[in-house]
Parts: sequence; C-alpha cells; structure tokens
Amino acid sequence: MDVEKEIAALKERFDTLPGAENKLSMIVFSGDLDKQLAAMIIATGAAAMGMKAVLFYTFWGTAALRDPGKKVGGKDILSKMFGLMLPKGRNKIKLSQMHMAGMGTAMIRSLMKKKNVASLDQLYDIAGQLGVQINVCEMSMDLMGFKREEMIPYPNLNYCGVATFLADARESAVQLFL
Amino acid sequence: MPDFVKTLDFKGLPCPMPVVRISQEIGKIAVGDVVEVLVTDPGALADFPAWAKTTGQAVVETKQEPGLIKIYVKRQK
Repeated sequence: MDVEKEIAALKERFDTLPGAENKLSMIVFSGDLDKQLAAMIIATGAAAMGMKAVLFYTFWGTAALRDPGKKVGGKDILSKMFGLMLPKGRNKIKLSQMHMAGMGTAMIRSLMKKKNVASLDQLYDIAGQLGVQINVCEMSMDLMGFKREEMIPYPNLNYCGVATFLADARESAVQLFL
Repeated sequence: MPDFVKTLDFKGLPCPMPVVRISQEIGKIAVGDVVEVLVTDPGALADFPAWAKTTGQAVVETKQEPGLIKIYVKRQK
C-alpha cells in the first residue's frame, strides 16, 4: 500500500470538503433597517475575525444598495412605479417592527447616534475597507427595474446569480440568511 | 499587568467596532508585543478571546475597573 498516495488523496478530499474555507456567505434578502444592520455588523465582524465575507443581496435587500444621488432614465412604467415605491437607499429603509409611521425608525436612528452605534453609512464604509464582497442578484435587479447605474459606489460590488452564491456558500464555513 | 507597547482607546465604541478596530491595529505592532486596549462595551470580554482564538492572537490579561475594561492583546503572528 502506498501511504504517500493515500495521504495525497485524503488531503485532496479534505481540501474540497464543503465548508472547508474560513469564509462567511450570507443572503441579504430583507430590506428592513434592523436586518440590514445585523447583516453589516456580522459581515464586518467576520472580516475582523480574518474571514472572507461575501454578501449576496437579493429581492428587497437590493433596494438598500440604491444611490439616492443617482437618477437613471429609460425605465418602463412598471419599473418607474417600483422605483418610486421602494426605498431609495440604505438611509430610507424602515424597521421590520415598530416603524409606527416613521416614528419608531427615526427613534432608533437617533438612539443609535446617541449610543455611538455605527450607522449603516459607517458600516458600509468599514466593510469596503475590510474587503467585504457584495454580490447583487441580477434577476432581482431586473425584476424591480433597478439599473446598475443607480447603485452605490462600493469597492467590491459584483452582479451575479444563484450559482455564484451556491459556489461561495458550499465552500464557506458559515452560511446565513437574513 | 504585562508590559505593553501602546494603548488603544476604544472607549464608547459598541459592537462590532472594538473587534474591527483591533483587527486593523494588531498588524501595526511587532510579533510578540502586547497592546493595552481600553473598552467600555462589556461584550468585548467575550468577543476579544473569541477573536483571538479565531485569528491566532492571544488575550494575555483582562482587567475590569468600574466603567472600564482593559484587555491586553499579544500579537502572536
């Protein structure tokens, strides 16, 4: 029996085991302020722990990536309506509970400031510095009528689909859905 | 108290900032050196050892004073 060959075969098997990489894959499905905050705190925390962090933004989550300063034309009527009804960026999103016609969300934002909790603006900035990857679901963008030109400038932003998420998730030690 | 080369003031910073900041600062000291980290977030008491365990660094001592936590972190690699 060739021990060296067996070890090499085992090593290869081990290296390609699901979840072998020190990496976090997270689906950011929700467009709610509280959940988006949790996603960003976990992602920056993971990067601080030396993990690779990849966030896959899909469905309602994608609206948080819109840049309020950008206007794009050439949309059909339904896309325009969606564009108007969905929040334009991370500073327009609401709490999942206790929104109370805006009072609750405003209260949380002011409490966060008072207690020195990092805002979404600060967290996106730190995430960019730490190399957190943001992948955006192309199909959700298309469905909601969002265009790439209206998305925020972010250093590690990619557009992709479910296969990219699954390939990332398969090799990640931690997988989450928010 | 171990000898330390510098003090990092993370007072008033809540989660996740103390861990984010130490991860950015640890590379700036030499391997084998210790930094003193000042925090007020009690979560750091659990989070710094967890961070150290995952990243291969070490928490060599922790001191709790009224309203202040001092954590001594050694760069191992």
